[in-house]
Amino acid sequence: MKLAIRLAYRNLIGAGLRTWLNVVVLSFSFVAIIWMKGLMTGWDHQAKTDMKNWEIGGGQYWHKDYDPYDPLTLFDSHEPIPEAVKNEIAMGDMEPFLIVQGTIYPQGRMQSIMMKGVNPKQTLFKLPTHKLDTATEAIPAIIGMMMAKGSRLQVGDYVTMRWRDVNGTFDADEILITAIFSSSVPAAEAGQIYIDLAKLQSMMLLQGEATILTFRDNQKERPTLAGWTLRTHKDLTKAVDEMIKTKTMGQSIFYFVLLLLAMLAIFDTQVLSIFRRQKEIGTYIALGYTRQQVVGLFTVEGSMHAVLAALLSAAYGLPFLAWQAKVGWTMPLDTSQFGMAIAQTLYPVYSAGLVISTVLIVTITTAIVSYWPSRRIAKMNPTEALRGKLQ
Amino acid sequence: MKNLTLITLALLAVLMVVEASAQDANEILRKVDRNMSSENRIMESSMTVRGKRSNRTIISKTWAEGTQKSFSEYLSPAAEKGTKMLKLEGQLWIYSPSTDRIIQISGHMLRQSVMGSDLSYEDMMDDRKLSDIYDAKVVGQENIDARNTWLLELTAKVADVPYHSQKIWIDIERFIPLKQELFAKSGQLLKRTEMSDVLLIQGRWFPTTVLYKDMLKQGGGTEFKITSIQFDQKIQDYIFTKAALKQ
Repeated sequence: MKLAIRLAYRNLIGAGLRTWLNVVVLSFSFVAIIWMKGLMTGWDHQAKTDMKNWEIGGGQYWHKDYDPYDPLTLFDSHEPIPEAVKNEIAMGDMEPFLIVQGTIYPQGRMQSIMMKGVNPKQTLFKLPTHKLDTATEAIPAIIGMMMAKGSRLQVGDYVTMRWRDVNGTFDADEILITAIFSSSVPAAEAGQIYIDLAKLQSMMLLQGEATILTFRDNQKERPTLAGWTLRTHKDLTKAVDEMIKTKTMGQSIFYFVLLLLAMLAIFDTQVLSIFRRQKEIGTYIALGYTRQQVVGLFTVEGSMHAVLAALLSAAYGLPFLAWQAKVGWTMPLDTSQFGMAIAQTLYPVYSAGLVISTVLIVTITTAIVSYWPSRRIAKMNPTEALRGKLQ
Repeated sequence: MKNLTLITLALLAVLMVVEASAQDANEILRKVDRNMSSENRIMESSMTVRGKRSNRTIISKTWAEGTQKSFSEYLSPAAEKGTKMLKLEGQLWIYSPSTDRIIQISGHMLRQSVMGSDLSYEDMMDDRKLSDIYDAKVVGQENIDARNTWLLELTAKVADVPYHSQKIWIDIERFIPLKQELFAKSGQLLKRTEMSDVLLIQGRWFPTTVLYKDMLKQGGGTEFKITSIQFDQKIQDYIFTKAALKQ
């Protein structure tokens, strides 16, 4: 085997440019696959972290009637905060949200929104809720960047907001935008206005009531609460998992095309080698090599492309991948319109498993592709081969 | 002692005036209710939604009985033609010819705008008499379009009203509203309604043009114009059935 590897290495180096062309193409596949897979892992990591920090915390209890995809359920989705969680709320490890529908009129345009009542002193989310403590005659409110862009609102702007209390009676007041945050989580930004929970409860005549209870610790066993549905962190990030899975499937086609190109080059090289080196094959057999050993020699030679490619990839790929992990990849499209948690700049995350699995897949595929044409050697007549006659 | 008697008498006089004013206001409202409602009516009307860039006119024919039953059929534009709406004792159904389906508009859907206008289905559905849900008082007299009017202030006396308070200008001679302003609990003016083109039809004064305006929104409001109206006609019972929607 050692001799086979030494011979294979010598033959490959001897082939010169032909070998290096194959190695460069294969190394490109290595780097591209690792980078793209890393990007997916990075997106998964970023989306879940951002969702935790801006929207879902460690998990939530939803009021039994609450359906985020049906705004018409909001009017009935509220209930007094259960006694069982009041201690956790007092400790700051759970935050109640009251969510109701409203309408704002920026520049006279009518726009439906969701008013979210949140505790200004909360520490569970990165929302700048301390800005809700601003002393003003209007209602202090914070909004996300997506909402600000869509409504053309800026910090310091006043806008009229209209809502209906629990009896269905209209009420209206001015709100003052005291802060605009950027989260990359559309569900925390689009069409939403955050105001002080106590203020919203009094506006709606719903003192002490909430729609959602978000808890901090996602590892803790949670009790069931009557009238509330437990949504674990896993449940709430299921959409991200499914999206990543779909995207990964789509990317697999790209990996396949990349590998196909590289493997085609290796396959051609192998076929050419066997065709041009018939005398050499005959000599090996004449010297006592079995046919299978010669097949093995050529397979090792082909597979060694992958080894050289891995080394070359390490030479230029490592700095590139490290640089990408640092600066990230900024998408050319505005991701705020994607409707899901995705940052404008994605930072790839690489793991040892990711690198090893990619190297193994590429090397094994190369070995198979190298072995495929080499099988012809087993059928060769050694005498004819020695004479260099085409078979 | 003499002063105390005088103050008491003065207070009593004020209270009596206030009470008389309240009674008058409620009487005025009752007269308005009597004038504006009829046993039944058949009318053709146009609803023009004045948008920011363009106007849109929808023509319809309505059969109504009291305040509980009404049936409307949209005649134009082509996109709305054949759409029918049945209001029956607190329930509302819409038939759309494009889907050939009858949908019940209920719950929160009642709060949606009617064909993009400044009116909601709920505005159309609320058929309670003003005197039943508001406490009214006359706060003065004003002149609107050369007509003398009483200005009435209405404050909700029940919880489930969309508008906490209203101002209504009532024509002193004809007992019809000429202007109405609807307020939020905070006192913010939300909607304004202006009635004009008052005609004497079958012995009663009736405003044939009503302009609804959402005061928070841009745009010229929604103009509702009655092109023909007949009171106390014989309307067949089948009109107010769901079966009539698909006919």
